[in-house]
Amino acid sequence: MRRAELVTAVLMAAFSIYLMWKSAELEVGWVPDEGPGGGAWPFWLAAVMLACTVWIIINWFRKSTAPAQSTARYMDSYAMNMFLLVGGGLFVMIGLVHFIGMYGAIPIFLVYYLRILGRHSWTLTLSTSIGAPVVVFFFFDIAMRIDLPKGYLEPLFFPLYDIFL
Amino acid sequence: MEILGHLLDGFLVAFEPLNLLLVVIGVAVGLFIGAMPGLGSVNGVAILLPMTFLVPPTSAVIFLAAIYYGAMYGGAISSIMLGIPGASTAVATTFDGRPMALKGLADKALIAAALASFFGGTISILLFTGFAPALAHVALDFGDPEIFALMLLAFATFVGLGGDDIPKTIFSICIGLVFSSVGMDIISGEPRLVFFDIIGFMHGINFLVLAIGIYGIGEMMWTIEVTRGNPKMSEAVVTVERTVSALRELLSTWKTALMGSVLGFFVGILPAAGATPGSLMAYGVAKMTSRKPEEFGKGEVAGVVAPEAANNAASTGAMLPMLTLGIPGSPTTAILLGGMVIWGLTPGPRLFLDETEFVWGLTASLYAANLFAVVINICFIPVFLWMLKMPFTVLAPIIFVLCLVGGYAPTQDMHDIWLMLGFGVGGYLLRKLDYPLAPAVLAIVLGPIAEPALRQSLMISNGDFSIFVTRPISGPITIIAIILIFLPVFQFIRKRSKKNAEAGSI
Amino acid sequence: MSTKRQFLKLGVALSLGLAAFGLTGVAEAWEPKKPIQFVIMAGKGGGADKMARLLQSVVEKNKWSSKPLSPINKPGGSGAEALVHLKNAKDPDHTIMVTLNSFYTTPMRQPKLGVDITKFTPVARMAEDTFLLWVNKDSGITNVDQFVAAAKKAGNNWIMAGTGKLQEDQLLTDFLNAAYGLNMKYIPYKGGGKVAKQLAGNHANSTVNNPSEQEGFYAAGTTVALAGFTDNRLEMFPDAPTFKELGKDFVYYMQRSVVGAPGMSADAAAYYKALFAKVFKSPEWAKYRKKKSLQGDLLQGDALMAYWKKERAIHRAMLKKMGAL
Repeated sequence: MRRAELVTAVLMAAFSIYLMWKSAELEVGWVPDEGPGGGAWPFWLAAVMLACTVWIIINWFRKSTAPAQSTARYMDSYAMNMFLLVGGGLFVMIGLVHFIGMYGAIPIFLVYYLRILGRHSWTLTLSTSIGAPVVVFFFFDIAMRIDLPKGYLEPLFFPLYDIFL
Repeated sequence: MEILGHLLDGFLVAFEPLNLLLVVIGVAVGLFIGAMPGLGSVNGVAILLPMTFLVPPTSAVIFLAAIYYGAMYGGAISSIMLGIPGASTAVATTFDGRPMALKGLADKALIAAALASFFGGTISILLFTGFAPALAHVALDFGDPEIFALMLLAFATFVGLGGDDIPKTIFSICIGLVFSSVGMDIISGEPRLVFFDIIGFMHGINFLVLAIGIYGIGEMMWTIEVTRGNPKMSEAVVTVERTVSALRELLSTWKTALMGSVLGFFVGILPAAGATPGSLMAYGVAKMTSRKPEEFGKGEVAGVVAPEAANNAASTGAMLPMLTLGIPGSPTTAILLGGMVIWGLTPGPRLFLDETEFVWGLTASLYAANLFAVVINICFIPVFLWMLKMPFTVLAPIIFVLCLVGGYAPTQDMHDIWLMLGFGVGGYLLRKLDYPLAPAVLAIVLGPIAEPALRQSLMISNGDFSIFVTRPISGPITIIAIILIFLPVFQFIRKRSKKNAEAGSI
Repeated sequence: MSTKRQFLKLGVALSLGLAAFGLTGVAEAWEPKKPIQFVIMAGKGGGADKMARLLQSVVEKNKWSSKPLSPINKPGGSGAEALVHLKNAKDPDHTIMVTLNSFYTTPMRQPKLGVDITKFTPVARMAEDTFLLWVNKDSGITNVDQFVAAAKKAGNNWIMAGTGKLQEDQLLTDFLNAAYGLNMKYIPYKGGGKVAKQLAGNHANSTVNNPSEQEGFYAAGTTVALAGFTDNRLEMFPDAPTFKELGKDFVYYMQRSVVGAPGMSADAAAYYKALFAKVFKSPEWAKYRKKKSLQGDLLQGDALMAYWKKERAIHRAMLKKMGAL
């Protein structure tokens, strides 16, 4: 935990500097008779962020905060597993949306999560994985008129549109 | 007296069978839309607007007002049950609603939210009925310096919100404010912080993307980790006994509810402000005036009552400048305004003279919508609790799916979904190191209001900061805000020096 | 009861459909297969948004399209996001957009986008919105001469509120500054509604709003229209002369057009052209045009493209003069 606290603070400091540099594409100074320029707001706030990270690093050296004292692992094996399985699952699901659309990705994700991670029965797994996209379709695509991405599965939906829209 | 007569006529309009039916349907639809993370009253009203052309204008606006009201109630449901604010107006409700649900008090939190909303709604409609045209002009007196002062006050009431780690809290506020400035700088007309020239950043970072990412993904992963995948939050049951004791406890929060309602209503009237700052300020004030401020954020019922009373009161308040001046106080009322124009009604001071049936029918239907919303909401509480009883490995993937579609719905751009995942993962990693994240979410809501107001004010004054303190309305607000901001700093220094003195004496 | 009503609805829909069929007289060659993406190049609640939602509701109410128009707001980067979205549309046959004058200026000011508007598919110009010069009634100003005198006296402290930077409102402000030797201070706001409110609350001294943005305050007598940037006086504002009458030959309109994605098939383009021509002739649209003082005839196809090219050249010249290019 102690090492993670320092690494994060340094990374956040670097991110603050990047934000300052990016903000400086616009005027960050004072425009006479107008007040601050377009980049001033994010620039100076990012500067405050940078100052905060320095403060966090000082606290780290003085060991005055809980994470700076803790000797526990930042990511124990359970956390790491969970992070990879859940975060990875989400990543793959979102990636799949680009190819097979929401209605392809959601059932696959639900089967993966319910059956493989949750070890639930096939009855529950399949009823949820089929039920959820059906509810989503009627709520979003039909009732709310929000066209969710369909990817390459789009032609399959043409008959549904003809019936329900 | 004349007002009462009008109101009576209004009730006759509101209780016509068609209108009453529309109120009930509208409230129920609104409740579900509001409870869905990612969809709020704006979406509901915008999407159902074209469907209202089948009925007369008065019925149409009654229907939309019912959806608006229902959605305001519904926002609290996802805040409490899922810990994801369904809309920016419900952010403050998560602060204590979520801990209550985790402690097995979800039923109490839901009842508190429903009744506080009802209370806030009722107070605000009473204020609306009595003072509508007179109050409308307050809204016009708020120029840029006043709006900036108000935003400063909203931040000030929130300084104490973060954890004990001061640099991390400030860091969180600042990163939220920086993210809020992504997109287009309207004053210079230049694209700003468009990272790596990705076109998706052009529309800025939507509040919902950050909120769903942090609360829907980051916080969920954190919960799974901390509880080893088995969180105990399903113990809430509805029994008469529990409900009675919850009601008894709620009675003692009436002062908080009243404060929240009045504050929410007045902030809601002001253009640009809307319900979100109102509910945040009510939460901050409730915490400051509470006898046990340390309980806030850990599941204090007053922390649910204050913002819920305020956001419902504010949603009524926001209708006021819309009807009497044609100025929408929130995005939702902007859409309602658009609808009224299409129906052939011209909002403005003459509306109260020319279209009395419409105005008072609407007012009466607000009473009706408020009543039905609280009844329908309370009836559904057992259903919501049943949903919570599902095993976490079923609930979690369903919430993730809701986040995915809910995050997509507002902008319909996959860019925002990836961003949401990024915020979720980043939020989770920072959360583990005690970085408070709620301040960032607040900042991204208030930033886009505060920054233009600051710069427009300075343009008016040729760059002179004294504009904020010399004007009759903004002056006092700014001064109060500055005092509030520095109060905790003084307290901190005093505590420090005391501690040092003690340490020295040992 | 409800089945009866449904039958009735079905009957109405059928007869309307038949009527539409009879009117066009040709067998429908192309029909949308899925909901039509209806991109709005502006934010929720603004003038363009209201108009787009009206167009959508007219189509829906009359069941003129077998699949609904599903509106999406893409206001990012003064419309840059919407333009790029259209340029890269995966399914150009089902992607159309409501556009305004940033259609010309945004690709000029942000050449990195690589947007060429001549590649877009012209569908229909539904109207041209007008601009007027407005002041608050409390100022006591009733004509342009008094306005010029007051603004000259106030110099740099005369505040003109407008929508966005280097967009329509600022073009008009620059024109007024140049034509009358003024030095008004231009302060940009996010939308026309906000601008109108600044004037009504006496936070700004003047604005150049569209009639639709000021109508509420105007009806209440809070604000006064001094003169119009139009060819002829507007019916709704008979007392406001045009700048042409005042000897300053300056006319400026905001287009309200529907444009199709580049690469749209000719059949689909024909379908949308017919659809919006029908909307243009509808009584709902006529009423809205009258109420909002909208000008401009229906322009379609090549005529619309020619109009775009002409307007683009005018805007390029204006921006050059302002030093923005």
